[in-house]
Amino acid sequence: MTSTFAETRFGRTRKRNELIAKCVFGLMASLLIAPLLLIVGYLVVEALPLLSWDFLVTNPEGGMRRGGIWSALLGTVYLVTLSLLIAAPVGVLAAVYLNEYAEENWLTRVINLAVVNLAGVPSIVHALFGLGAFVLFAGIGRSILAASLTLAIMTLPVIIASTKEALSSVPRAFREACWNVGATRWQTIRGIVLPNSVSGILTGVILQVSRTAGETAPVMFTGAVFFKRIEAGDPFAYSIWDQCMALSMHLFTITTQVNDAPHALPYATAVVLLGTVLTVNATAIALRVYLRSRKKW
Amino acid sequence: MEHEAIKVAPSPQGRVEAAPRGPEPPWRRRPLETAGEKLLEWLIRLCGVSAILFVFGIFFFVFREGAGLLFGELDLARFLFTTEWYPTSNSNVRYGVLALIAGTGSVTILAMIIAVPFGLGSAIFLSEFCGQRTKETLKVVIELLAAIPSVVWGFIGISVMNPLIQRVFDVPVGLNVLNGALLLALMSVPIMVSIGEDALKAVPDSHREAALALGSTRWQTIYRVLLPSAKNGLLAAVLLGVGRAVGETMAVLMATGHAINIPHSPFDPVRTLTATIAAELGEASVGSSHYQVLFVIGILLFSITFAVNLAADLVVKGIKKS
Repeated sequence: MTSTFAETRFGRTRKRNELIAKCVFGLMASLLIAPLLLIVGYLVVEALPLLSWDFLVTNPEGGMRRGGIWSALLGTVYLVTLSLLIAAPVGVLAAVYLNEYAEENWLTRVINLAVVNLAGVPSIVHALFGLGAFVLFAGIGRSILAASLTLAIMTLPVIIASTKEALSSVPRAFREACWNVGATRWQTIRGIVLPNSVSGILTGVILQVSRTAGETAPVMFTGAVFFKRIEAGDPFAYSIWDQCMALSMHLFTITTQVNDAPHALPYATAVVLLGTVLTVNATAIALRVYLRSRKKW
Repeated sequence: MEHEAIKVAPSPQGRVEAAPRGPEPPWRRRPLETAGEKLLEWLIRLCGVSAILFVFGIFFFVFREGAGLLFGELDLARFLFTTEWYPTSNSNVRYGVLALIAGTGSVTILAMIIAVPFGLGSAIFLSEFCGQRTKETLKVVIELLAAIPSVVWGFIGISVMNPLIQRVFDVPVGLNVLNGALLLALMSVPIMVSIGEDALKAVPDSHREAALALGSTRWQTIYRVLLPSAKNGLLAAVLLGVGRAVGETMAVLMATGHAINIPHSPFDPVRTLTATIAAELGEASVGSSHYQVLFVIGILLFSITFAVNLAADLVVKGIKKS
């Protein structure tokens, strides 16, 4: 018999159906790539006339219709750095607790549920919380510190989730070997677990940076202002008790509040913001791929 | 390495010799060191439960600001079931959020109608049809898609989608339900794909092999075997997408127009719950009833997303048990 099963009429229909299914699902997946490429490409093309080093290091002028984005860019750097300094230790230690100390009990379940919910709380509710807790109740006032605290709590789940993953990828045998030579739990964590997962933790920290840089709603009412005059080029122009401009908020402002801004201005701002976020994310992805390739166990 | 000193080497006879002892064995520890470690472990425990504290903190502080109005003059039935939102009216202040709920609802539902087929379809393609290389590439793209900040999406809504919708559908204004829904769909697809793919991956390979051995095609395997057994995980994926869409602020603030009404078509502009808080909190003076009612909306939003996330979590837990 030379005819195979696939050549019968029944088989042809099956084959055709299979092909259709593959094409439909493939099309859906590729339709996800298209917007990313189209959007980034379009934004970059429209922004090209303004994109230059000068754009980054000059202040916005003339009611934000001229000039660059220095004060907003610097504000974002401050917010990102400070919230990272707050969120990273807490997040990493929380993940250490969940992965190394926590037992399988109701408390652990509640903590995990809380982490999931913290990630799911709308950003504007985080803004309300930041306003109520830090700005008003703690009396910090609208400042970089209050905004950074809000951002830190908002992005905590990002760090916890990726640190937990990095820690749990260290084989249990490593820990057991260490306990067997008499090390305590903490010595094991410091000597074996953390060094072996430091790059995975770094990935999480990088993702937190990208998330923080793009957030708008949480900083709108806790520390970011529409406009603030600082000296261009001075990296220490803000103090943490000051209010500041933020890149994301600046994009919102010039898009919705400034009517006669030059066409390329919002595009260039969007490209800088998007470029920063995507570069940071790509770094995290590259780091992860590199790590996976040289993993020894 | 810290524990070099106590490395144990087998002797030639196969017996184990004790390691040479230094002046102070590493396991005899100074009291101060032990105390420091105790302190650190307590710090770790504290950080561990911090997530619970923060979730309660969020609820407490948002509640605290809104409580005055919520338990005072606010008529909850009128708040939830009337459409008249005039928070700054001089003569007759009215807080009715039904139109805002309808705004959030309409944008979310339309976004899900667009996003669910795409999200789950892509999840199926990733997990069942494509090779390892394509899969890795697609996952990177989806991760980057998820990283685009919401304010950039909002800007895209104004600068790209707005003229596009005007031209394609021949409508006067492109800032409407459709615009917001398209953006929310693109924003919530990544989480659906990644959770959905996890759910499909969790189906044991023996199920697939059994189906293939019975002579079914891949499509039949997906339709008859994978989808039924992964349905809880896929449901969780959709729920998380809904949670993301309901809570999104900047994109819908910028892209849905600013009309407070119940939409009758996808081309009507609306205002969502989140956008209302973002748009009006700056103007409301601290402690005023307008300010408080925005916090009450915050409580409403918090409750909605909490319920959605809890449901997703319970659904996922359901799979793990079975």
